[in-house]
Order: sequence, then C-alpha cells, then structure tokens
Amino acid sequence: MRIELVKRPERSKLFSALSPFIAFALTVMAGAILFAALGKNPLAALYTYFIDPVTQVWQLHELAIKAAPLILIGVGLAVCYRANVWNIGAEGQFVIGAVTGSILPVMFPAATGWWVLPLMLVMGALGGAAYASIPAFLKTRFNTNEILTSLMLVYVAQLFLDWLVRGWWRDPQAYNFPQSVQFNPSAVLPELDPMAGRANWGFVFALVAAVLVWLMLSRMMKGFEIRVLGSSPRAGRFAGFRYSYMVFFAFLISGALAGLAGISEVSGAIGQLQPSISPGYGFTAIIVAFLGRLNPLGIVAAGLVLALTYLGGEAAQTALGISDKVARVFQGMLLFFVLASDTLIHYRIRFAGIGQKSTEAA
Amino acid sequence: MDITVNILLTIATAATPLLIAAIGELVVERSGVLNLGVEGMMIMGAVCGFGAAYLTGSPWIGVLAAIIAGALFSLLFAFMTLTLATNQVATGLSLTILGLGLSGMIGTNFVGLPGVRLPNLYIPGLSDIPVVGKLLFGQDPLFYVSIALVIAVSWFLFKTRKGLMLRSIGDSHSSAHALGIPVIAYRYLAVMFGGACAGLAGAHLSLVYTPQWVENMTAGRGWIALALVVFASWRPMRVLAGAYIFGAVWIGQLHAQAFGIPVPSQFLSALPYLATIVVLVLISRNKRLTMMNTPASLGQPFVPDR
Amino acid sequence: MKKLIGALMLTVGAAALSTAASAQEKFKACWVYVGPVGDFGYSYQHDQGRLQVEKELGDKVETAYLENVAEGPDAERAFERLAREGCKMIFGTSFGFMDPELKVAAKFPDVKFEHATGFKMAPNMGIYNARFYEGRYIIGQIAAKQSKAGLAGYIVSFPIPEVVMGINAFMLGAQSVNPDFKVKIVWVNTWFDPAKEADAAKALFDQGADIIVQHTDSTGPLQVAQERGLHGFGQASDMTKFAPKSQYTAIVDDWGPYYVSRVKAALDGTWKPEDRWEGLKEGAVVMAPYANLPEDVVKAAQETEAKIKGGWNPFTGPITKQDGSEFLPAGAVADDKTLLGMNFYVKGVDDKLPQ
Repeated sequence: MRIELVKRPERSKLFSALSPFIAFALTVMAGAILFAALGKNPLAALYTYFIDPVTQVWQLHELAIKAAPLILIGVGLAVCYRANVWNIGAEGQFVIGAVTGSILPVMFPAATGWWVLPLMLVMGALGGAAYASIPAFLKTRFNTNEILTSLMLVYVAQLFLDWLVRGWWRDPQAYNFPQSVQFNPSAVLPELDPMAGRANWGFVFALVAAVLVWLMLSRMMKGFEIRVLGSSPRAGRFAGFRYSYMVFFAFLISGALAGLAGISEVSGAIGQLQPSISPGYGFTAIIVAFLGRLNPLGIVAAGLVLALTYLGGEAAQTALGISDKVARVFQGMLLFFVLASDTLIHYRIRFAGIGQKSTEAA
Repeated sequence: MDITVNILLTIATAATPLLIAAIGELVVERSGVLNLGVEGMMIMGAVCGFGAAYLTGSPWIGVLAAIIAGALFSLLFAFMTLTLATNQVATGLSLTILGLGLSGMIGTNFVGLPGVRLPNLYIPGLSDIPVVGKLLFGQDPLFYVSIALVIAVSWFLFKTRKGLMLRSIGDSHSSAHALGIPVIAYRYLAVMFGGACAGLAGAHLSLVYTPQWVENMTAGRGWIALALVVFASWRPMRVLAGAYIFGAVWIGQLHAQAFGIPVPSQFLSALPYLATIVVLVLISRNKRLTMMNTPASLGQPFVPDR
Repeated sequence: MKKLIGALMLTVGAAALSTAASAQEKFKACWVYVGPVGDFGYSYQHDQGRLQVEKELGDKVETAYLENVAEGPDAERAFERLAREGCKMIFGTSFGFMDPELKVAAKFPDVKFEHATGFKMAPNMGIYNARFYEGRYIIGQIAAKQSKAGLAGYIVSFPIPEVVMGINAFMLGAQSVNPDFKVKIVWVNTWFDPAKEADAAKALFDQGADIIVQHTDSTGPLQVAQERGLHGFGQASDMTKFAPKSQYTAIVDDWGPYYVSRVKAALDGTWKPEDRWEGLKEGAVVMAPYANLPEDVVKAAQETEAKIKGGWNPFTGPITKQDGSEFLPAGAVADDKTLLGMNFYVKGVDDKLPQ
C-alpha cells in the first residue's frame, strides 16, 4: 500500500477548519498510548496536559506570558518567510532588542516618568531591527546567505549580552553576580490585572502586531509585493519591485518585532537583564510561524497552542511525575500531527495499491 | 613540534563530527530538501551509539547502531515532508525537539556510566613515525571515515550519473520528474543518508570525543553543521575546509586564552561564528558561483502530478 | 467528535481530581533544577539529594521536581506551580532563581522556600550553599605536590564569585606547597558542554600543564587526562568511573544530608529561614577517595581536610591581592560576605579577571 497525494484545485475550506481537530484527535490517541506505555494513567495525563492549564486564571496569565514573545516574533518571521527571506536569527534580534531597550533603565536608573517605558520599547525595536539589518545588508550587498549569517549572529548576540551583564552592566549591589540593576517601577511593563496573574502588556503588543501585520499583508501594497516576490522573484521583478528593498523590509520588520519582544520580556516578565533571558523563543517562533500557516492570525492561535504544550508539560511533570523528556517527545508528536493534518488542506490522500479501487480520505 | 601535532589532532577531533554531519546534510540539500533536524538526529545517534556499545561492549556495534538510529529517525522526516508534503523547515525543527526528548528518555539509564571508546588506528611502524605518523595513521577510525565520505560524496555528485540526477532534482524537481527521474525515491534515500551521517556524527561524540552519555551532549553542533553546508555553498571540498577552519578557530581561541591574551573570553568564544560570517561574505561575493551551486528547489515541497 | 472529546475530558477531569485528593496527607517537598537531572553534574547531584530524602523519610514525604527550568520568566511560573500544587517546601537550586523565588515566596507565606547560592532571604525563605572552596584548597595542595611542571590548567565556566573564590582557594593551597606554582585559566562560557571542556583540557595540556582542574560539570576533561596519562580532579560528583587512573580526588556536592535535615525540621515544625553555608565539616562537601597518589600526599591532604573540619578557614591572612595590595593581614579571616562577593584574584594568578 502506498500513500499518494492528489492536489486539490483550491485549498479546502473544510479541512482548513477541521485539520486542527484531526491533529488533536491523533495527538490524544498517540499520547494515550505513550502515557499508558510509561505506566501512567493516560486520561489523567491528557487532562493535565491540555485541560488543567486553562482551567485556572493564573495559568491563563502564564499562557499569555509564554505565548506573547512567540507570537510577536512569529508574526515578524511570517513576513520574512512569505517574502522568501530566511531569517532564522530572531533569537539574536530578541537578545539585542532586550539590550538596547535596557540602555535607559540600566545606565540611567534614576530616570523616571511616563516617557521612560515608551522610549525603551522604541529603542528595543530599533535595536532588533538594526541587528537584523546586518544579514539584510550582507544579503543584498554581498549576496551572502542569510540563513547562515542570521544564525551565527545569534551566538554573537548571546555572548555579547553575557559579557555586558558580567562586566560593564553588572549590578554593583548584587555580590558580583551576573545581573543588571533591577529596573525602577517606571521602566517596568505593567501587568494587565495584577490581582489575577502576571500577564503584562506584552501580550497586547503581540495581538496588536498580529492584527496590523495581517492588515498589511492582506490589504496593503507591501503585502502584495511580499507575496509576489515570495512565490516568484522574477514575477516580482517584472512588477517593478526592488528585491533588495524587500529583503531589508522583511528583516527590519521581523527584527523590530523580535526586539520589541525582547525588551517586553525583560521589562515585563523579568525586570532586569541577566545572562539568559530566552529559553529559545526565537527558534520556537519559527515553528509557530509555520504552524500558523504564515498567517498572523493563525500565528496567534499557534503561539497559544505551543505555549500550552510547555505549560502542560510542566504540569505533567509535577502532578504525575512525567519527565521533561516525555513532555518534549509529546510536544514533538503534536507538532508532527499538526503539520501532517495540514496536508489535507491542499491535498487529498489516496491509498494506492489496494486493488483498482482507491480509497479517498476526503 | 609535539605541540603542533597535538593541536592539529585536537582540531581534527573537533572538526570530524561537524564534517560528518555536514557532508550528510549536503547530500540532502543537494536533492532539494532542507532538513533542519540535524541536531535531533545527531543526539539520537549519540544515545543509541553509546547504548549499543555499552550493552554489547563493542564500540563498532555502537557505531552501527548510531548509523541505523540516525537513518530511521530521518525516515520520519522523509515520510512527513516527502510523502505528506509538510513544510520542511517546521518539520525539521520539530524533529529536533522530538530527538532531544526521545534521546533523554532512551538515555535515562545510561547517565553516569563510563563509555567504551572507539580505539585509535594503530599500524605498527607507520603510526610510530615522528610527526606524520600520528597525524596520518594514528587517529580515531571515524576521522578516516569522514575524509572518505567527503571524497565519496564528491565523486558521487559530480562523477556519476546518479549524482547528476540527484543534483538535477535539487535544481528543478519538476523538470527532473518530467524526465522520468523518481524524485521522491531519490529524496528518500538522500534524507536517510543524511540521517545516517548525523547519527554517525553523534556516535563520534559519545564514543570518541567524550565517551559517555549525557543529555543535550551535542550542545548545538548540529546547527553548526547546517551552517557549514551553506558556508560551503554546497561543495563537498568546501565543507571539509569549512569544518577545519571552524575547528581551528574553535581550538585556537582556547589556546589564545591559555596563553593569557587579554581579550574578554566571550569575544574569543564568538570568534568562530564571526569568522564564519567573514569567510562566507568573502566567498559569496562572486554571485555567479554561488547561484550556480545553490539547489534551486531547496525547501520546496514536491508532489508529482498524476 | 467534539462532543465525544468533551465527554472524555469530563471523566478524565474527575479521575485527576480524585487522585489529587488522596495525596493530600503526605508532606510534599519539591525541587526546581536549572538543568536536566541527566547531566551527571550539578542538577544530578541535587536530584540525588532529593532521592535521599525519599529514601530516609519514606512514607512521611512525597517529592516532585521540575527540571530544565530556564532562568527567567519560566522560573517564576515553576515556583508558583509547585506552590499551588501543594508543595509545602520548595528548593530552588540555581542562583538565577533568586528573584522569581522571592516573588513567589511573598505570595505563599505558608510554603517554606529555600534557595541555593543566593543572598536574599524572606520570613519564609532561607538560603543555603556549600563551601566548595574548602575542597579547592586541598586539591591546590595536591596539585602543587604532584605537578612536575609546576603548572596546572584550570577550566572555568563563568566569572562569578563562586568560581573566582575557587580559583583563589586553589592557588592559596598550591602556594602553601610551592610559592611559585602557576595556573593557566580558560573560560569556556558554559557549565556543560563535554566536548568543549575536553578541547579546553587538551589545549591546556598542550601548553604544558600536567594537571587539570575544572569548575565545569562534565567528565570531558578527566577523560582527556586519562587518555594522555595525566591527572586531574573531578567536580560535583565522583568521576572515578570515567578516569580511574587519572582522578586524584573529586570535590563532591552532597546535598542529601542537608535536604534530609531541612525536610525533617519542617516536619517537626522547627524549620525557620536560615543562612546555611556548609562545608566539609557538615558533609555538604565531600572529598572523593584519594587515589593515584603517593602515601605522603594522601596523608597531607587528609591532614588539611581535618584542619578545615576543625574550623580553620583557607582564607586566613596574610593574603595579598593580585595587584599587590593587602587582602587580609596575618591571622585575619575573610568573612562570608566578602567571600560571596569575591571579584579579584589573589597574588600569583596569571590571568586577568573578566570584568
């Protein structure tokens, strides 16, 4: 028996809507088998994984915290990937955004006032964009592959941050431990509802960015350009668009959003600079971008789902003693099922080789 | 003299796993498939290689197990991206997540156990020649495998008919399909070759470099291997050069520190990455040459029309 | 389909709730680790301590842990989750957890918190650490006695006081034997990358060191020493199995006794937040069996060990700083606060401390 794909004439509306549910059902089944094989109660495990995190208000806040950077970065990456610009260095742009955004609260800790926070956010976004402009410049000027340069710059950014918080920017009061001073209150991103949980304005930024980019992509001229160039550079060039502008545009947008995510994270969730400020958000966001089918609104959903799997994984560790490794395996399985189910949107699946009659799963 | 030989040997050890993983990925990408799951396949190779060697006592069975583990694990990626036409970037990244988790699960009971080291080559007489003896005839077996792989891949891609077909698939899968080349079958084999190489590279870490198993022991080397392929603009000999340049800068910065050069260590640690960028900029300035070597259909899903 | 899943979830929910209820009676102690428990280094040793609590206190306690918790926003969630899930006592085992743990401690006054290697306390949060430097003084003496080259290679992770303190203690120990002893230092900027640590060890050996010391967590450097027929010291756990011919001894973190005593105190109701910094005397730091050493060196090491257990501090003056200024006059002993914030080298260290 062989599996064959038959391209649908146009994308299936039915499966666009249904595919997440198919993926979920498959994950539930596979997960039940996995947990049962490990001697855990599969029902309890699945409950802990998917339901428990969304039944409590504080966990919903945590979900928003975890999803915010993923969405912000993912939305920016969607612009890149639609333009066929392969920025995989968002992690570095995130870090540099956090650093440039922190210049004000770290070097001028006495600065207070309403203007501090907006200025920090702008500087963070500018820093991320500036850092992203390096691969863009090398790409357009020297034709250097941006996958490699943007990835290499991630390591450089992390080491730069490390150097800063262990030396120049170290808090003199912190027993020489590697961290900057705590930001003063006017440099801290406020929480949305401090009584209920920790979620801060970063999540709102993420939603706003998603909507704005969605509008841009679907309505505006730039959106058209990006789509044209992404699907066929030559067609784009015929239409009169400059390819190098597009590369810069995509990198600057995604760099700025990653930088904004960086400073929001540091100013909102952490409150100071330290050597490690991201558990790989910039890389996870790449998955988020594709899970969301490069659609900013889809990315919001994908970001929330991925954040849920992190939270669920932690809940499963503490409540049922399911190890972090199993949680990651389960997360990987979920991603595979989601990706595979999306195939149904564009293709019909045919099981060839069972006699003459082909069974169609559609 | 001794110190030079030792430094060269250290560089060779550092470069070998990168080279093996990168040469495998090069074949994958030449066929037009981008598998970002190298880190995941590598760590699977590391744990399976270690486990098999530990349980049987034979490092060679470990090497074999690592190759098989890498190839089987990559089959998952192949099925997803080639049969189900899923997005290659996202699938590859998911493969890495899965690999890091799965290897941890498999390896739980191997933590804290001393491994079995793959013995270095020793040819009486030859290996004892001063200076060159150790370099040419006294290294670990996988070093020779890595060099042989580069030569074999280079020969296969540019001197054989099948290699030509593979490259034509990478350049344009639709025209290759129109010519009657079995695109999907070639790509399956290429991906599995890449997986086998990544698994072997993992075995180098857990059986030669530091014979032990610990979680996340690949520590990002899969990503470096991926970068090397691009760095080499998809040319096998340049992968060889790239892996050794990277290894040399990597080891060089440690020596620079030990000599007491007063530069922040973070800067020295960043040096290999910066050097990679600089060298790449220098070689990619020749636009025609890079364009010529880049597989044009890299990362694009292909579904044959029927 | 959706209905079915919904119905399924309801039953599952009921099942999960009932298991939660039955587990209420035991005292729940929980841990947060920064790395995987399978690192065979820092987090592994903490987890061994947790297992000892389970073993010794048996039915009276249950334990849980979260591993691989990144320092940053994830940390606060980890502590909050454990506190909400009924943990009565939570140990945060990494410096970077300090501020998040403190925040959560303020929210859950009934839960007892303990934080390793930090300096901030609260009415329900104590701090603890181990005096690893005591062991480093001893290995400094051994290195100076055993090194033919009079030169040790020292692999270090990050320039934090803990590590700087270790380098200084090592040098003071070495200088007590050979005043001209030298050390070469390589910062690898990671706690854990076996291959990179092995590379650093090779570089140091190539530059003439014949003994390797590490303040990173993997067995990589010792394996290199074994291959080259040279020697070194294990870190965090006893690494004899990886280098039976090369390990002189190891500075072992043994958190077990401490954890057992603290959980016991909580069970008895005698727990209060304390600043506990324990060393060889209390058994928080243990020297692995001395091996591959001549008898007189072992004897000298044991004597030093006994002296430290008797209350002597390796940081006892006269000690001069690297720049020649006086750190401690003769007979003066460094106080804990100075040690915990140490950011200078003592005389004789030939390296510039990253600032």
